[in-house]
Amino acid sequence: MRHDRTELCTRAIQPALWLLIFGETFSRLRVIPTGGIPYLDYLAPGIIAQSTMFIAIFYGIQIIWERDSGVLTKLLVTPTPRAALVTGKAFAAGVKAMIQAVVVIVIAALLGVSLTWDPLRLAGVVLVVVLGSAFFSCLSVTIAGIVLTRDRLMGIGQAITMPLFFASNALYPISAMPGWVQAISAVNPLSYQVDALRGLLLGMPSYLALDLVVLLGAAAAGITAASCLLPRLAR
Amino acid sequence: MSDPAVACTGLRYSFGRTMAVDGLDLSVASGEVFGLLGPNGAGKTTTILCVTTLLPVPAGMVRVIGHDAATDRMALRRLLGYVPQQLSADQSLTGRENVSLFARVYDIPRRERAARVAQALLAVGLDGVGDRMAATYSGGMIRRLELAQALVSAPRLLILDEPTIGLDPIARTDVWEHILRVRAATGMTVLVTTHHMDEADRYCERVALVHRGRVRALGTPGELSSRCAWSSCRSCATTAPSSAPGRSSPPCGC
Repeated sequence: MRHDRTELCTRAIQPALWLLIFGETFSRLRVIPTGGIPYLDYLAPGIIAQSTMFIAIFYGIQIIWERDSGVLTKLLVTPTPRAALVTGKAFAAGVKAMIQAVVVIVIAALLGVSLTWDPLRLAGVVLVVVLGSAFFSCLSVTIAGIVLTRDRLMGIGQAITMPLFFASNALYPISAMPGWVQAISAVNPLSYQVDALRGLLLGMPSYLALDLVVLLGAAAAGITAASCLLPRLAR
Repeated sequence: MSDPAVACTGLRYSFGRTMAVDGLDLSVASGEVFGLLGPNGAGKTTTILCVTTLLPVPAGMVRVIGHDAATDRMALRRLLGYVPQQLSADQSLTGRENVSLFARVYDIPRRERAARVAQALLAVGLDGVGDRMAATYSGGMIRRLELAQALVSAPRLLILDEPTIGLDPIARTDVWEHILRVRAATGMTVLVTTHHMDEADRYCERVALVHRGRVRALGTPGELSSRCAWSSCRSCATTAPSSAPGRSSPPCGC
């Protein structure tokens, strides 16, 4: 990203459209119960989580490219433990996600969303974004280790991103969902990420401790699964 | 006599029903430049992948500088430098950044890192262009950059999988000259796969002719050329094996 910054601009388009079109429209409709805050404010943390998840969920494509180009093979021949390689990649995805989160926060601030500027809370936002991205990027690497080809990974990525997004509290509260979607939401790390971001950025009531435990557990499980399946890609 | 740098005994590996390596025996002496010569699909790369620990060793034994490839992987990996077939340098980084990355994954102490990276770039003749983006390098330069990545950890065994594939004759000679220069300076063992007869003849001290997963002939290029004409080996070394199994019959008159 240091050498090519076009990604920064292109990746800003989708979240900007979500906030500008979906956010502004539903702000006027006033049909979604937000706990007394403007819908655009309610939506902004959801869009931060969604846009960082969308980046991370296709991270496995990069791993498959690294496999095809020989980079992964070279790395796996080094004495660095697989878990360290995967953790490094997970946090590299986290850094990318953090940059994306900053872009979305700036867009939201320009649209008049009243976010916190408390440095401690913002540090919490960084932690939550990095952990969420670590999980979703490892999920992607795990799928890559199973399906082994770029096309299949693209297909699965496309198939799971929207269900993960809609079965979370990013757009609407869990209480507004049908029961079966609530059940999916309860095991969807994106919901915990959004809940933590709302608590940190907007000061809304949230289960921050539970959110962090779930995100930490999900990231650890993702790193473990991806580390186990990474060598399959080099064979 | 010291342990061989690489010893494979009865190595077998199959991909599904396709037997890629079928009872391969090999011994590479410490400090020699050893060539695995054979056509595409002969089992050279699979053998290399077993030696580098990227593939498990389901049958047979592989030992590298006294370490078992099945049980002592980490210790073995510390002694290896590996250059895969593909031109795999990261084009979005500079040459120096590419080598630094490998200095870091090999856990070279921070205070030594810059000097070791500079030394590796110098060894492959890229010291003057280390700060240029790898995307601006020619194919031969990228291959030499990858050589620097493999050399930065000062390996005792350098494994090169078809190092000159896709390069023009001048770049091929250039890459080989750098390999031999580094080897002369460090005394490391070089295990190289190739299907170029002329390269094996010119640069390798000993050559194993691999066909259908087995070593069919072994010796110095001189010995092989007296035992069987290189020219008769050429047909089996440079052409892909037929689909008919016929594993028991040697590929040529060696």
